[in-house]
Amino acid sequence: MTMAAIDALSWVCLVTGGFFGIVGGIGLLRFPDLFSRFHAAGVTDTLGAGLVLIGLMLQAGWSLITIKLVLILAFGLFTSPTATHALAKAALRGKVKPLLRRKGT
Amino acid sequence: MPHAISLAFICFALWVLLSGHYDPLMLALGVLSTLIVVAIAVRMEISNREGQPVHLLPMILSYWPWLLWQIVKANFVVARCILTPSLPVKPTLIKVKASQKSRLGKVIYANSITLTPGTVSLDIKGNEIEVHALTRTAAQDLKRGHMDRRVTKFVGSD
Amino acid sequence: MFVAATTAILVTMALALIRALLGPTVYDRVLAVNMFGTKTVLLIAVFGFLTGRPDFLDIALAYALINFIAIIAVLKFFEYGDLGQSRPSRARRDRT
Repeated sequence: MTMAAIDALSWVCLVTGGFFGIVGGIGLLRFPDLFSRFHAAGVTDTLGAGLVLIGLMLQAGWSLITIKLVLILAFGLFTSPTATHALAKAALRGKVKPLLRRKGT
Repeated sequence: MPHAISLAFICFALWVLLSGHYDPLMLALGVLSTLIVVAIAVRMEISNREGQPVHLLPMILSYWPWLLWQIVKANFVVARCILTPSLPVKPTLIKVKASQKSRLGKVIYANSITLTPGTVSLDIKGNEIEVHALTRTAAQDLKRGHMDRRVTKFVGSD
Repeated sequence: MFVAATTAILVTMALALIRALLGPTVYDRVLAVNMFGTKTVLLIAVFGFLTGRPDFLDIALAYALINFIAIIAVLKFFEYGDLGQSRPSRARRDRT
């Protein structure tokens, strides 16, 4: 009973994570400029990756594999803001200006 | 010195967990490489209060769940923006005040801003963080300073 | 179900590749490549489960580390025009 419930939960996590990954990918294509694309990449890096890895953790149960998955997740969450910040800083230095107030206002 | 010990402990735990071998030879190699890493870290002077913020460990337990919940909420907002056909984004640049005193606190705050989709911190100048926000509501939420207060409480007097 | 997750990750990688090819600036490409790299980590992890060999996770972990270092190195190169300096080099200023 509990096994089936955990299996179903991990299934939900994997599919939702994959969905958020695709949404982030679509956002990467649809957003108008570099700086708004950061937000789309953020969706895949946080919730997309997080849910997929949590789904795998539920599959693995209590073992060394789970610890490795936790490490991958923690590492991703620590490095993705750093990479985004480095990218933003380099882009500003490279004279890329953020596009502001796209629709009127 | 306490930071070097905590670093050694973390390195050795990492070694044991990643290798999954518990025979004496592997453990001895683990001790050896741990010592080398700690020696290099001490020589580079990165094993200090800023590089090894162990004093924050108790507060992390209350801050991370809150941050995770913010991230999940922000993800749904940005995902809805992406999937709406008219693409209702109004990118804005705002400056928010960072009331943390230490560099570590400011970095934690800026990283938390970047980690929540919808807001990306671009630069820190003195006590202000320049933030690129995807929507007007994301910018206003951040301006209200809830996260700022939360981080200040989290890093404490540091 | 691992097949579903693998497919979703592959689709995401394809979308990131399209952005990497479209550009328009070099930073867009780096952003897309960074995303491609983080999805590769996920793909290796899920693929390990799909084939019943979770040892693949070690490779995923190593790839996560390499991806981060690579992105920082590429950005440093484009920012300073040099990997060994902490200030903008003369070469970069001459080029712009």
